[in-house]
Amino acid sequence: MSDFIWPSEEGKSKSLDEQDRAIVLATQAGLPLVSDPWTAVGEQVGMSGEEVLSRMQAMLERGVIRRIAAVPNHYRLGYVANGMTVWDVADADVERLGREIAAIEGVSHCYQRPRHLPHWPYNLFAMLHGRTREEVEQQAQVLRACLGEACHGHRILYSSRILKKTGLRLAAANLQTASTETDARG
Amino acid sequence: MLDRRLIDCYQRDLPVCPQPFQAMAERLGTSEAEVIARLQRLQALDVLSRVGPVFEHTLAGASLLAAVAVPEEERDAFAELINQAPGVNHNYAREHHYNLWFVMTAPEEQCLDERLNHLETMLGRTILRLPMLESFHIDLAFTIPWAELERI
Repeated sequence: MSDFIWPSEEGKSKSLDEQDRAIVLATQAGLPLVSDPWTAVGEQVGMSGEEVLSRMQAMLERGVIRRIAAVPNHYRLGYVANGMTVWDVADADVERLGREIAAIEGVSHCYQRPRHLPHWPYNLFAMLHGRTREEVEQQAQVLRACLGEACHGHRILYSSRILKKTGLRLAAANLQTASTETDARG
Repeated sequence: MLDRRLIDCYQRDLPVCPQPFQAMAERLGTSEAEVIARLQRLQALDVLSRVGPVFEHTLAGASLLAAVAVPEEERDAFAELINQAPGVNHNYAREHHYNLWFVMTAPEEQCLDERLNHLETMLGRTILRLPMLESFHIDLAFTIPWAELERI
């Protein structure tokens, strides 16, 4: 369900060389559906199929690529209720409880984020997906029970509309800028 | 049935080998041409968004989840401003005082701050900045409710 890719998250940039970046740009919208997709990608980026495949395997090992998969469109499959649950959890317990609720069925993403008091008291986020809001609410009850007394409050923020979703399309410009330093050869 | 098995078996991982669709065909007891045709069809129907790599978000450099509270009746106009800002790659309307939620990305942290500051000025509203502090788990595979889908 990477098209739920939801919050693209912050973190350190993993180092990619120029060839890796070319492969990322050529494959982020999907692989060509042909017998040997690596050679087809290679033709676009000026590499052999073997080179493309071995670089993709290396990116998988390094975690730059999470997985290569047939990515379903879950909205199309009926998962239309998308609830971002936010929880105000005692700081001392948030890490332990974050791991626990992350393992619960229906939770696709689970993150700790900063509070912004007084407007925003919630420090733990868990994305829930269901076919109906009732289903999401049932899942949220399971989370609530798991968090127990450490939880001082929560909300479910349903998405009422997707106003923009580009998945993880990396702008070529972003990658270029990110690589300026390492590629400054001349 | 083959469509289901394709999605159920391969929504997490495709074989990463020289001829992945041939490998899938062997496992499913069909031909490579059939696997490719089915995947093309599922993509055309938008049941599959794509067949390919899912990249780690941090590849994009710096990013964070941001939220802003705008008057509901002006929401779409604000959303348009946000969508046009460089680096914004998701934007959801949500039912809350903070009613627009988006992800801002940038090549690096300083640029991210600048983009957010600039957007804040444009919107004339404070942006709630919610960077990820810790990621607990990401499970992107789903049990697909095939039986229910058939009834629709």
